[in-house]
Amino acid sequence: MAAELMRTDVMIVIAAMALATVALRTTGFWLMRYVPETPRVKRMLEALPGSIIAAAVLPVVAQGGLVAALAVLAAMASMWLTRSDFVAVITGMAVAALARFAGLG
Amino acid sequence: MLPLLPGQFAFGMAFGALAAQKGFTLVEAVAMTGIVYAGMSQFVILQSWPDALTVSTVTAVMLLTATVNARFFLMSASLRPWFSTLPVWQAYPPLTILTDGGWLNSMRYRDRGGADASFFLGGQILSYVSWTFAALPGYLLAERLTDPKAYGVDLLMPAFFAALLIPSYRGLERTIPWVISGIVATTVAWLTSGYWFIIAGAVAGSVSAAFILSEGNTNGR
Repeated sequence: MAAELMRTDVMIVIAAMALATVALRTTGFWLMRYVPETPRVKRMLEALPGSIIAAAVLPVVAQGGLVAALAVLAAMASMWLTRSDFVAVITGMAVAALARFAGLG
Repeated sequence: MLPLLPGQFAFGMAFGALAAQKGFTLVEAVAMTGIVYAGMSQFVILQSWPDALTVSTVTAVMLLTATVNARFFLMSASLRPWFSTLPVWQAYPPLTILTDGGWLNSMRYRDRGGADASFFLGGQILSYVSWTFAALPGYLLAERLTDPKAYGVDLLMPAFFAALLIPSYRGLERTIPWVISGIVATTVAWLTSGYWFIIAGAVAGSVSAAFILSEGNTNGR
């Protein structure tokens, strides 16, 4: 037991997870091969990154309450002021840590 | 990629710590990060690990993983215009290690006019190495890393995501799809459990751009 490095069933589950993930990572790109790049498709593709971002962030803020909202706003403000993504991320995390330390949420 | 590495390392350490607490071996923890390499889904699956290995539990694991990671499908689709000129053997391997951070970073680079596809690969490799090896110290220090939330690690990605909206701003009209996406995603997240909200919102935002934005309102690339 002590010498057990990895169990077969764990590795099978890991392989299943990897399979599902790699399939997603490659099929989006592959399928777009068959979609002609009309102006309309172009507008959709250009709106996609911002839309993914908004869809990932807003629900987190809505559910994460005040701390999440403060962290996200601080990151955006600092990005606007400094144009440095490094400073923005650090500011966001620091604000979250401070807000929690202060007992908010 | 650099701005993300410290936070990502902390996130990877948190994963290693959780794996240790859940009774996985060190090799298993590092293998999972190295092979699956999708942080959010790793946390979710560790929390809902199957009791017994059957065809149905493995299928359930794959489905749950796929819903958590479904955003990768859209991110990969969004790389089509950029990578379409590359030969297949150059376009696909970097995609297999696509993650939020690397993708966001590449979008930012491309926004500034960058065109070198190796930027994407370089960022992904850096992020891969950092994330995979972060599980190691996390695993070994498990007892001391009980609450990564105290350091704001859980809000790393939301903060980075949100910050990148600032340089992506291209006038008010083109933020309408983002707003639609955010509202749809929040509503879906509120009404349903699980992780479909990102896809629902992003698809709604993207499709709305096709119909709402005026003809020719593109970057011109």
